Amino acid sequence: MSKQNSVMVFVQQDDGQIAEVSIELLCKARELADRLKVQVTGVLIGKDVENQAKNLLSYGVDEMFIVQDSRLEHYTPIPYTKLMAGIILKQKPQIVLYGATTAGRDLGPRIASQLKVGLTADCTDLQIGDHTVKGVAYTDILYQIRPAFGGNIIATIVSPEKKPQMATVREGVMKLTTPDPGYKGTVTEVKAALEESDFPSVIIQRIKEEKLVNLKGAQVIVSGGIGVETKENFKLIYDLARTLGAEVGASRAAVDAGLIPKDHQVGQTGTTVRPKLYIACGISGSVQHRAGMDESARIIAINSDPEAPIFQIAHYGIIGDLKDVIPRFIKAFKAKG
Amino acid sequence: MGLNLIVLVKQVPDTQNITGEAMKEDGTVNRAALPAIFNPEDLHALEAALTLKDSISGTTVHVITMGPPSAIQVLKESLYRGADTVALVSDRKFAGADTLATSYALKCAIEKIGAYDIVFCGRQAIDGDTAQVGPQTAEKLGINQITCVSSIEKVDPEKKIIIANRSIEGGFEQVQAPFPVLLTITDEGYHPRPPSVIKVMTYKNASAEMSDEQYDESYIDAGVERKTGQPISLWDIGAIGADPESCGLAGSPTKVKTIESVILKSGDIRMIENTDDAIAGMVHELIADHTLG
Repeated sequence: MSKQNSVMVFVQQDDGQIAEVSIELLCKARELADRLKVQVTGVLIGKDVENQAKNLLSYGVDEMFIVQDSRLEHYTPIPYTKLMAGIILKQKPQIVLYGATTAGRDLGPRIASQLKVGLTADCTDLQIGDHTVKGVAYTDILYQIRPAFGGNIIATIVSPEKKPQMATVREGVMKLTTPDPGYKGTVTEVKAALEESDFPSVIIQRIKEEKLVNLKGAQVIVSGGIGVETKENFKLIYDLARTLGAEVGASRAAVDAGLIPKDHQVGQTGTTVRPKLYIACGISGSVQHRAGMDESARIIAINSDPEAPIFQIAHYGIIGDLKDVIPRFIKAFKAKG
Repeated sequence: MGLNLIVLVKQVPDTQNITGEAMKEDGTVNRAALPAIFNPEDLHALEAALTLKDSISGTTVHVITMGPPSAIQVLKESLYRGADTVALVSDRKFAGADTLATSYALKCAIEKIGAYDIVFCGRQAIDGDTAQVGPQTAEKLGINQITCVSSIEKVDPEKKIIIANRSIEGGFEQVQAPFPVLLTITDEGYHPRPPSVIKVMTYKNASAEMSDEQYDESYIDAGVERKTGQPISLWDIGAIGADPESCGLAGSPTKVKTIESVILKSGDIRMIENTDDAIAGMVHELIADHTLG
């Protein structure tokens, strides 16, 4: 297989931890590369990242390029752009994928701007297909699928005339595959030719609060919207969640109204979730919210407004005041349990 | 010593408040029926620049927007809040621009203004949510960037450095960078000021009829008393010296292949009565199929 034309993934590390979205992208890259009959390559930039690079080969990575320098421990735009653009120009991948993280969305556009190639932001699906532009037929190009217009439309974007075709991809939408420890890939170290002037940004401090809310891993989520109205009423949401062993989610409106902190937010600008059960309480169901939860296996909608759009995607609907409904729910569960 | 600040703003359809009237009968959004507004995070970017202007005397705030003639409204809104000069970059040749072609045109417009210390943009626009134009413009200008800035900690006009707080996953990062730098601003740390009544009276009839030939260069120098009457500059493709091949559709590597409207799927919903028995029945069902418990 030719080394050129690979499907390349920018593998992001954060405090030495590989970002989950990067692993999801390696899995997706393998699928796309199998379809295109090309290799999967990865680029991992950081400080002492060789072991992590080796560990990632099992996801079907043919070659992992690493750049190691203590000054590259944390992402900053100028040196990362220089290194990543240099590797792309040398390796000539046909597709480059980035996680739609703060770093990926900082880096991807700079690379696209420098190489004058296309970049589609925040994709939720990637496919391979054909496209004709001005009478020229292109085969096996990347369909970059993303919501736009506040989630009211789903657009398929193509950029067939320039290579590489690039996209940032939202975390949590691509599925992980089982790693194959026997997969034969190699790690190649690329020397960092960086000068002091490549580091204009200095990170003075970095504060990461421990994540107390784990929406992504939750099997059951009880979520509250603006219809919950008060912080006092939000206790009902917490009570139901505690009873069911569930995590607490929220709509953007509830977060904006100060009813609950932002790390609980589900939706286009929050977390994308797909639990076994999603209980939407007092959530009207804007497109932005639905974009983050409509793949839940089961949805229960509790709302006093029978016209709320959330009922159109729910499996169970209860019209009523959540101050009555939630205690009944808790009582019923405790009785059965 | 005052700073030269440039703010990039965009007029967008209000995709966040879609009312019943903006929905078509087939469940899709009628885009034409959405009101045009000042992109929310751009208003925060303007506020960040105006806050610096308030604290550092001699600072000038230039606002640039690219769009159709109707986008003049966001420039007026900027004047009402305290911008010093505003420019509309508008030309049929810009139509169909993707983020790359847009960033090229904005880069040309910024270079027309000349020397600058900080460029401000909103983190992203609510019509596309790409967050790409800021970083792409910074790269084209060959300058550094700090994205997702929630607040500015400190600006030292003498040493020409800025310290800003940027939001990252699960926390924040405090970054120091020398000028010139481009910042993208989130809606977390600023409270955009309301329009000033006096400025509204001054600028409400402002128009952009001034052609480039009439454009007075003294106008953008900090400290120069501005002429009232026609304070909005209109720059076409020639005025910013942009190469038509890099603008609009011609300069856009990404093409929209298809657009599908999201239609609310009406699923097989089962309505449950708000009674003890009915809710207990539902809970029992969910336990039986291992969804719960």
